[in-house]
Amino acid sequence: MNAIASTQNLGRMVIDVTESWGKAWIFLFHIIRGIFSRPFRFHLFMVQMYQIGVNSTLVIALIALFTGAVLAVQGEYTLAKFGATAYTGSAVALSLIRELGPVLTALMVIGRAGSAITAEIGIMRITEQIDALRSMAVDPIRYLMVPRFLAGLIAMPLLAGMSIVLGIFGGYIVGVGLLNLSAGTFMGQIYSAVTLTDIMSGFIKAIVFGFIFGWVSCFKGYNCGFGAVGVNKATTQSVVTASVAVLVIDYFLTSILTRIFLE
Amino acid sequence: MISIRDVHKSFGSQVVLNGISLEIQDGATTAIVGPSGVGKSVLIKLIMGILAPDSGEISIGDRVITAARSEAERNDIRAALGVLFQSAALFDSLSVYDNIAFPLTQRGRIKNDATQDRWSRLTKTEIHHRVMDMIEALSLEDYISNFPEEVSIGIRKRVGMARALITEPSVLLFDEPNTGLDPLVGQEVYDLIRSCRERWGFTGVVISHELPEVFQVSDRVAMLLNGGLIAEGTPQEMLASTNPAVQQFLNGRIDGPIKIQ
Repeated sequence: MNAIASTQNLGRMVIDVTESWGKAWIFLFHIIRGIFSRPFRFHLFMVQMYQIGVNSTLVIALIALFTGAVLAVQGEYTLAKFGATAYTGSAVALSLIRELGPVLTALMVIGRAGSAITAEIGIMRITEQIDALRSMAVDPIRYLMVPRFLAGLIAMPLLAGMSIVLGIFGGYIVGVGLLNLSAGTFMGQIYSAVTLTDIMSGFIKAIVFGFIFGWVSCFKGYNCGFGAVGVNKATTQSVVTASVAVLVIDYFLTSILTRIFLE
Repeated sequence: MISIRDVHKSFGSQVVLNGISLEIQDGATTAIVGPSGVGKSVLIKLIMGILAPDSGEISIGDRVITAARSEAERNDIRAALGVLFQSAALFDSLSVYDNIAFPLTQRGRIKNDATQDRWSRLTKTEIHHRVMDMIEALSLEDYISNFPEEVSIGIRKRVGMARALITEPSVLLFDEPNTGLDPLVGQEVYDLIRSCRERWGFTGVVISHELPEVFQVSDRVAMLLNGGLIAEGTPQEMLASTNPAVQQFLNGRIDGPIKIQ
């Protein structure tokens, strides 16, 4: 009996996961179709650019500054063991451009704006606002999801770029100001070590993370369960799913992009 | 006329509607009543085309919404519908004015009857005049720039009513219009439904479990129970019904064929 029950549970779980994935891909298909169909609601897109982009700048700027500062301290400490403190600037810049800038920005935007999007859409779902949209012949995918998805896609690389610049600035302040590294060497090493492929790599990652951010946060909100518990669960799942997806995809992207750009 | 023919709807193993058939006459208001959880709100969502039945057919005028093959086709039929939701379902981020104007600003055109294919385009000025006329008709002048959370539930219902009426629909659906309201505000909503019907002359469908209060706005009453339609008639016929379930529900008795879930 136990074996039958376990098989049933496993089967049910497989069906649930497959159904959930199917729904998520169909949802994404509708969003992408919505991007290319009229009407394009530019003012709603700008509102979301403000909510996701502008409202995230302060927290991302703070995190970027201190991340750069920590990288400079750790880099100088490690490189000093090999007598290579001159490379601190390039170590800070490459870490930020290739990895930490896009990843930390994505995690912060997911935590701040992604949870807000899921909660907002979830509350609209449970208070029948989404049903009201449909009853008024307004497609909720085009009205609610497309502006958020596009804004995430565009804001993420911009925020990652800002985060990288401020991170390097934070590293410069600590490296040059506190650790007495040479300003010329610090910046010179950055110019000589950073290539266009490093920047492209970080840029591609930021776009992919923006895509994941919009997809997951909108999908979880749109399919949230009943009541406050449903919104709570959807918001938690949204942040966890998107954060884990960013970290897992980051590994695969790093492997693929490194191979592509090395070739 | 709204015609519901042999409609079945289940969620998983739970059968909610089991072969419902009902004709809702033009110009009349029909109350669909029954205890909580019998599928009244599901039925209204089926009429709106937000949910699809497992089988059966629903038509509004001569157009079958359950046969619509695309959302665009359903939207075309929905142009004849207005809905007042249970919680009013106003958009939190929009002011009272913008909530009322929303259906017009989004569609930019108006269509009065699902059976007609003629649309009228509206300019921004025309939309503004229509919204202001509606605001005046429903005495909402003092709340134009307020947001939904800043006004009472009674005003929110009135704004919801204005939003539902702004496109001059031929059918208005009311999903539990009085749930959660005190008796005074509840009566105000019924008065509002009655006065709006006199002025705009729509076909009304009121979902409610408030008996006999809902009878004051109803020409016909249909009662749902256990997935089926167990009684239908005028309010007077329902009051005189010998069906034990109808009498139990009317008198609010615990003992009887209706089991409290």
